[in-house]
Amino acid sequence: MTALDSLMLARIQFALNVSFHILFPTITIALGWMLLGMKLAWKRTGEEAWMEAYRFWVKVFALAFGMGVVSGITMSFQFGTNWPGFMEKVGNVAGPLLAYEVLTAFFLEAVFLGIMLFGFRRVPDWVHTLSTLLVAVGTTASAFWILVLNSWMHTPAGFEIRDGVVHATDWWAVVFNPSMPYRLAHTLLASGLTVAFLMAGLSAWRWLKGDRGADVRLTLKAAILTAAALIPLQIVAGDLHGLNSLEHQPAKVAAIEANWETRGRAPLVLFGVPDEDARTTHFEVAIPAGASVVLRHDPEGVVPGLDAFPGRHPPVAPVFWGFRLMVGVGLLMLALAWWGAWRLRRGGVEGLSRPFLKALVAMTFSGWVATLAGWYVTEIGRQPWLVTGVLTTAEAAAPHAAGTVAATLLLYLIVYAVLIAAFVAVLFHLAGRGAASADARGLFPPVVTPRFTAAE
Amino acid sequence: MTPFLPPDWLPVIFAALMGVAILFYVVLDGFDLGVGILTRGQPAAERSRMIASIGPFWDANETWLVLGIGLLLVAFPIAHGIILTALYLPVAIMLVGLILRGVAFEFRAKAPRLQQGAWDAAFFWGSLLAALAQGWMLGAYILAFDTSLPALLFCALTAVCLAAGYAFVGASWLIWKTDGALQVKAVRWARVTLLFTALGILAVSVATPLVSPRIFARWFRLPEFILLAPIPLMTGLLVLGLLVFLRRHPRDGDRLSWVPMVGATALFALGFFGLAYSFYPYVVPDRLTIWQAAASPESLSIILVGTLFVLPVILAYSAFAHWVFRGKASELSYG
Repeated sequence: MTALDSLMLARIQFALNVSFHILFPTITIALGWMLLGMKLAWKRTGEEAWMEAYRFWVKVFALAFGMGVVSGITMSFQFGTNWPGFMEKVGNVAGPLLAYEVLTAFFLEAVFLGIMLFGFRRVPDWVHTLSTLLVAVGTTASAFWILVLNSWMHTPAGFEIRDGVVHATDWWAVVFNPSMPYRLAHTLLASGLTVAFLMAGLSAWRWLKGDRGADVRLTLKAAILTAAALIPLQIVAGDLHGLNSLEHQPAKVAAIEANWETRGRAPLVLFGVPDEDARTTHFEVAIPAGASVVLRHDPEGVVPGLDAFPGRHPPVAPVFWGFRLMVGVGLLMLALAWWGAWRLRRGGVEGLSRPFLKALVAMTFSGWVATLAGWYVTEIGRQPWLVTGVLTTAEAAAPHAAGTVAATLLLYLIVYAVLIAAFVAVLFHLAGRGAASADARGLFPPVVTPRFTAAE
Repeated sequence: MTPFLPPDWLPVIFAALMGVAILFYVVLDGFDLGVGILTRGQPAAERSRMIASIGPFWDANETWLVLGIGLLLVAFPIAHGIILTALYLPVAIMLVGLILRGVAFEFRAKAPRLQQGAWDAAFFWGSLLAALAQGWMLGAYILAFDTSLPALLFCALTAVCLAAGYAFVGASWLIWKTDGALQVKAVRWARVTLLFTALGILAVSVATPLVSPRIFARWFRLPEFILLAPIPLMTGLLVLGLLVFLRRHPRDGDRLSWVPMVGATALFALGFFGLAYSFYPYVVPDRLTIWQAAASPESLSIILVGTLFVLPVILAYSAFAHWVFRGKASELSYG
């Protein structure tokens, strides 16, 4: 990395925005479906605790959605303020995909969110359930379009370049570009795990605080079981995504493995300190021929190394570390979720020990950590390209003075730091308030009869 | 996919769609930004009611901004780059404002009681900052991004006037959606802010032809001058009519309390048509026409198909949401 020139500052600014933004869709995508599940469970069983859980988690949803909307607006502007070259070059492909995201998904979520949040007593019950469904469909469709575009930037397909500008020739190939199915599955599962651990963490915290409400019991159980079911799927999806990257973005995989030279019997580096200047990894702990086995399913398999991409490979250290952080968190999730599921089978929620519940609380935001780490691996791993083989990041940047970018970067940094702190604090505050009113709840059962109130 | 329209038409259609999205945004987010500006210094109970009146709508309102800027981005990618690069700082300030008010909205209801004051302040300052920044951008756009001192003063004027304009839409919204003492207050606010709004419209109308000989020629030649005369005339009559109406409001039995909101919408629409006529066919003032800046016809066609299907649906379910939350606003409750 060179000095902090305006290109690097613009990249840090955009990375900061995307990192901040991605935290909230990661919650709302899966939480939308969880809320629908709670609503349907309530309708099926008539158990009021499901509706209690809904009322608590819909607030978390509203908070996360609000944060997602405002940081999403920021991004749509930063395309223009920071990366005018992006839309000039690939606007013909990126434009329709972004347009469909806003038209089909964003409005759906935003409009029906109002009814989902505040409309329970104003509309017939089925309209409220339908609104919950449409919000969940909207968040997922939103993720679909955005990941289509993002995947296309990694593995562009279905286009030709005329007069230096990209034109789509086959929309089917654009949408179902090579990395799209893997990235979509991997990201949606990441969302599911993030929400499962968020739910498990906050529920465990309430349980430890002495809140024995039926809704805490239900969400704790549902969250642990969801996590236990999703984590093996995620490991498989992640592996397939990795193999897909090997095929289409071998430089990224070489950086992940810190594999400096193309060779057979390539080792699987478990730990080490990659040194890009010396082009070697210090303190390496590796399984001989491990990478060849994992990536080629053959110890003699030749794995491309960084030497195959002179001057055109991503920075090694952040990709290398990001990947290990993501996998490490994933393994912790696996251990915790399966242990919890096994204890639940044996002794129900009472069978969960205090140290285990404390571990769940510590893991409340583990999904965020893994998601961000994975996101950095894939996005930094695409460098120096913005669109692989088509447009470099440097070509797309706007010529702003470094001072201007630095000043606004600082502004965003302060705002985002405050907001993240406030978000986490308010989640625990809400959970605490839930615990505090646990006794009072029984005295004032909420009105559940769906009725149609005229507003006047 | 083959274009099914003469390719020359597509940029015109998209300019119109973008205009509609921006007009929707200005009126819809205008009322909730305006309500945010008006919350300053109000007693807690009234502040809560004011905010409750916009609760179910603000997310969807801001989505129109994403659509408007999104259409600029996807239909006129080169213009998007030029305009937003030129407006880098006001855009950053607007975004921080929108972020603050958006999250303050959610936080104030959920944070510990002690912090509510801070979130209310963030809601007010965020709303004000966003409105001022948008007004500044309007001024800068009109002056084709000139950065001389008189130009900056003009930007400052449009900033204040657009903020006042939003406060006027906000007050009109409150007249419609509230009653009692709060409604009486809203009538007072509407009267004051309407005067500032009129001043702003006047300033923009005078400045625009003066800075651009091309725009001057578009308005002040025959027969256009006569054909266009209804726009300023109707604007003037509308302002006078609203002032007279507001002197006698609220009326018995809350009759006609929707009139200011309709008037405010009409006022913004007229101003918008005036501006649109001035700038057409340029998307970057005096530099780039919509045809020069447009994306490829194939891409525009594929977006157009989606837009024509989806836009009516969006309008229908937005109307449904407004119908569900019709009537006077009360305290909101979840679930």
